[in-house]
Amino acid sequence: MWNLVDKSIVVFRKDFQLEFRTRYALNAIAMFALTTLAVISFSIGPIQLDTNILAPLLWVILFFSAMSGLSHIFVREEEQQTADTLRLVLPPNAIWLGKWLFNVILLFGLEIIIVPVYFAMMNTQVENLSIFFPSLILGSLGLASVSTIIAAIISIASSRGALFAVLAFPIALPILFSAINSTRLSMEGAPFMDSWSDLQVLLSFTIIIITTSLLVFEFVWKR
Amino acid sequence: MVVEAKGLTKHFNRRTIFSDISFHLEDGESLVITGPNGSGKSTLVKIISGLLTPTSGTIEFYNDGKLLPAEVKYHQLGLVSPYLQLYKDLTAWENLTFFARTRDSKVDESRLKMLLKRVGLGGREHDELKTYSSGMIQRIKYVAALYHQPRILILDEPTANLDEKGAKIVYEIIKEQTSRHILIIATNEPDEVKFGMKHVELG
Repeated sequence: MWNLVDKSIVVFRKDFQLEFRTRYALNAIAMFALTTLAVISFSIGPIQLDTNILAPLLWVILFFSAMSGLSHIFVREEEQQTADTLRLVLPPNAIWLGKWLFNVILLFGLEIIIVPVYFAMMNTQVENLSIFFPSLILGSLGLASVSTIIAAIISIASSRGALFAVLAFPIALPILFSAINSTRLSMEGAPFMDSWSDLQVLLSFTIIIITTSLLVFEFVWKR
Repeated sequence: MVVEAKGLTKHFNRRTIFSDISFHLEDGESLVITGPNGSGKSTLVKIISGLLTPTSGTIEFYNDGKLLPAEVKYHQLGLVSPYLQLYKDLTAWENLTFFARTRDSKVDESRLKMLLKRVGLGGREHDELKTYSSGMIQRIKYVAALYHQPRILILDEPTANLDEKGAKIVYEIIKEQTSRHILIIATNEPDEVKFGMKHVELG
């Protein structure tokens, strides 16, 4: 078990070094998120939006930002022809876990910037942080998990960009529904127990995706 | 250490690349795989190293008579090949320490430095690989493959992109490997074919 964790950290560390050097995924996600935020902010002007619109809007931005950059984690290995090298030196599960960890950290890192900017631009605030933070953390974990396994599947296809969003969207739907609903409740100041079922769905779905990914990744990865 | 291949066959769609390849190698033995372009030399190398699965047949590694499980096999294997690329945005040192850590969390820096010096790249280890020539990258691949003292060394086109000096270093590595462990070479170079005690001709 610790051997697997150690090796996952080796993969994460390598991907972190590569991203630090090239900033490809970071730039793609940040540019998409900030451009979308600016466009939305300018188009609605001083109008105060309802929480029924604000919550989905936040998750639409987060979902498409994730789609714009997280697939790079596996696509880069195929494009630079380093996938075979990785196949040779590491067990499949360590590769998936390392890359999942990288996507999680990248998404969390960007949310630290995107989410406060979103609330500032939309001139709104969260009324119940005890719902908001679990929703954001679990929703992001789910998005990163879906993105990582779909990225591995599409990395060997020719039209990767289009395929990624098309395949990820239906799988990420339960995450988006629950995350949007619990985020809306947090903006409305609802009591914690009102969001309990959504948080349960988010947690369960994320666990299912991670478990399924670890089970199927070897077949996706090996040729 | 023993490498045992039985009836290896590979089809891509309906095309048969090769069929019924068998060989047996023990420590101190070497195998040369030859054949015209497209005959499946690299495919066979990929199957031996575990990067591809054969359509039929088996390739098994034994240590002291015990079958090595797939996850341990890599620790005994070193592979240098044109399709095995390194990370060009990282430095040579970052690449090599990454590969070293995939086997053991503690990196033997003195061994890495010794190997870099041996392949003639001492002092260039902190340059990004994208600034290296193809011959220099080939030399770094040798450092990565030899770091853990593999008992099975597989070389696909061993002197590709190398100058005369680089080829000489590779021939020394080949002689050292065959004196103690197992060597498998895929090549068509007459100078390299002579290193094989056993021979598989494809195509």
